[in-house]
Amino acid sequence: MSVLVDASTRLIVQGITGSVGSFHTSQMLEYGTKIVGGVTPGKGGKKVEGVPVFNTVRQAVEKTGCNATVIYVPPPFAADAILEAAEAGVKLIVAITEGVPVLDMVEVVRYLSDKDVRLIGPNCPGVITPGECKIGIMPGHIHRPGRVGVVSRSGTLTYEAVDQLTRLDIGQSTCIGIGGDPINGMNFIDALELFEADDDTDAVVMIGEIGGTAEEEAAAWVKANMSKPVAGFIAGSTAPPGKRMGHAGAIISGGKGTAAEKIAALEEAGIAVAKSPADIGTTLQSLL
Amino acid sequence: MNIHEHEAKEVFRAYGVTVPEGKAAFSVDEALEAAKSLGGDLWVVKAQIHAGGRGKAGGVKLARSLDEVKEHADAILGTTLVTHQTGPEGQLVRRLYVETGVDIDRELYLGLVIDRATQGVVLMASTEGGVDIETVAEETPELIHRIAVDPLLGLADFQARQLAFALGLEGKSVFQAVKFMKGLYQAFVDKDASTAEINPLVVTKDGALIALDAKMNFDDNALYRNKDIAELRDEAEEDPAELQAKAHGLSYVNLDGNIGCMVNGAGLAMGTMDIIKHYGGEPANFLDVGGGADAETVTEAFKIITGDERVEVIFINIFGGIMKCDVIAEGVVAAVEEVGLQVPLVVRLAGTNVEKGKQILKDSPFDIVSADSMSDGARKAIELSNK
Repeated sequence: MSVLVDASTRLIVQGITGSVGSFHTSQMLEYGTKIVGGVTPGKGGKKVEGVPVFNTVRQAVEKTGCNATVIYVPPPFAADAILEAAEAGVKLIVAITEGVPVLDMVEVVRYLSDKDVRLIGPNCPGVITPGECKIGIMPGHIHRPGRVGVVSRSGTLTYEAVDQLTRLDIGQSTCIGIGGDPINGMNFIDALELFEADDDTDAVVMIGEIGGTAEEEAAAWVKANMSKPVAGFIAGSTAPPGKRMGHAGAIISGGKGTAAEKIAALEEAGIAVAKSPADIGTTLQSLL
Repeated sequence: MNIHEHEAKEVFRAYGVTVPEGKAAFSVDEALEAAKSLGGDLWVVKAQIHAGGRGKAGGVKLARSLDEVKEHADAILGTTLVTHQTGPEGQLVRRLYVETGVDIDRELYLGLVIDRATQGVVLMASTEGGVDIETVAEETPELIHRIAVDPLLGLADFQARQLAFALGLEGKSVFQAVKFMKGLYQAFVDKDASTAEINPLVVTKDGALIALDAKMNFDDNALYRNKDIAELRDEAEEDPAELQAKAHGLSYVNLDGNIGCMVNGAGLAMGTMDIIKHYGGEPANFLDVGGGADAETVTEAFKIITGDERVEVIFINIFGGIMKCDVIAEGVVAAVEEVGLQVPLVVRLAGTNVEKGKQILKDSPFDIVSADSMSDGARKAIELSNK
């Protein structure tokens, strides 16, 4: 078992005919992900990597019975793509697109709030259950099937952490990149809840960064609810206040959201915090 | 993206938010002309820079005669203001705003922000306007009233009234406040703002509301659909290296250290700064080349880093996922060929095609130090920076 996705996941790709969408479609197929269709308005009837393309998500759902979608459409159209997928009844929506206007996401998240839909992202690497299903843009080959869950706000820093785990012979149950935007779908607590309930996850790595209070809230949740060991890392200890560090969410504003505050909250909740990003793997190892 | 106070006031005006009459001026003569054409016998001469805290730093002066307007304009224009938001290097004043003075009774605060906790837009109001609102938020949070706006409904009249009454407003001021708040909210969503602030929002002696100051920041990702706002970008207010980076799709922030960093991904880029500091070094910058960087982007990034005179060593830390290490290695070699190598270069490659990438660096005629891991690379960079 794993969380969110596995070998039975039936995926469609929104924006499949674009250069990014088609490239990652081939990468995901190569990894073994079951891609049953794609959507690009106006390109219905075509095929990409042998995958049938539909004009609307609704058609794709009817014809393929898909239960997950991944979104590679450009930022101005990403919010609409998420809404279309939700309205068509797709239960898991993974939005990779970087640069979606924040107010678009405010509307999307509000619209999804009373729906039985899970959104991951936007601006995220996606989700992978090693050996079974890769949805997103992460390099598949650094992962290894196993029993450690990973949840992270970052992309390449997650690869770094996963790579460290794999080199230590520690496999992963599922790795979830929740993305670096200030307003997004799934948060740390959502992911931690899934890992806590998953019989095949023994421990969790949680990678946060400066900005907001999501890490502090997650720490409080861990303290109250989590029975499995958690290792953590917070990126941005050296970031100056008021400067946005690449991710729209990574900014220390009004003295809030500093790494020091977050690390203190994590440690207070019993989470083992890696002192440097090179020690994430060994920090988790020390908990097993 | 930031805009100037006088530009934010134009936006406000268009949405029914009352602001004092005023004119922008780029010289002392223009300031004097502005005051003459505004008329009256009380003016305010205000420095226009993209930072708050101007009043305390001497960038806002009251003038009771045209001679005083001239005197203040002369004093403020061309000076460098250092406020708590500019950093120690300060910001050069290149333009002024001359406004008619207002007869102030009370100073209030009104602001809109994107709030992560409620995942939406929050309207904030306080009776404690005119001062550092961050201090108020910290020391007396009960004096800041908040309303979360439902994005699908917008700001409702009753919500705005609640805030108006909480501000102690009475009579016609309540209804003017409702109009203000709704106008501000509409401007915020129409123009994709990330913050909009009026501090102070003043109540005049005859009960009228006027936005004495105006601050708006905008979502860079939405500028494509707000061309009018995008045109207001004042590049003189921004760091030249950060602008150059932005033009090439790079994310760059200038810092104080001597180790130049080039990394793919924001999280890993922050992590790289952290590990340098962890081992006792000082990063010169944050630089994220993004997920889809190619040889050209790497060359541009290289130029930006080598353009910083304080850089004594360069540390490139790439975790190739979609970005293949051999492509990055070729980009690095091409960049060195084009730009030259005046300082030591440490490269750490990991991920897709890492062996090919390392071979390309090894086969190049340049003295490139290879690192096996992030910590190895950071240590080597620090060691070389100390030589």
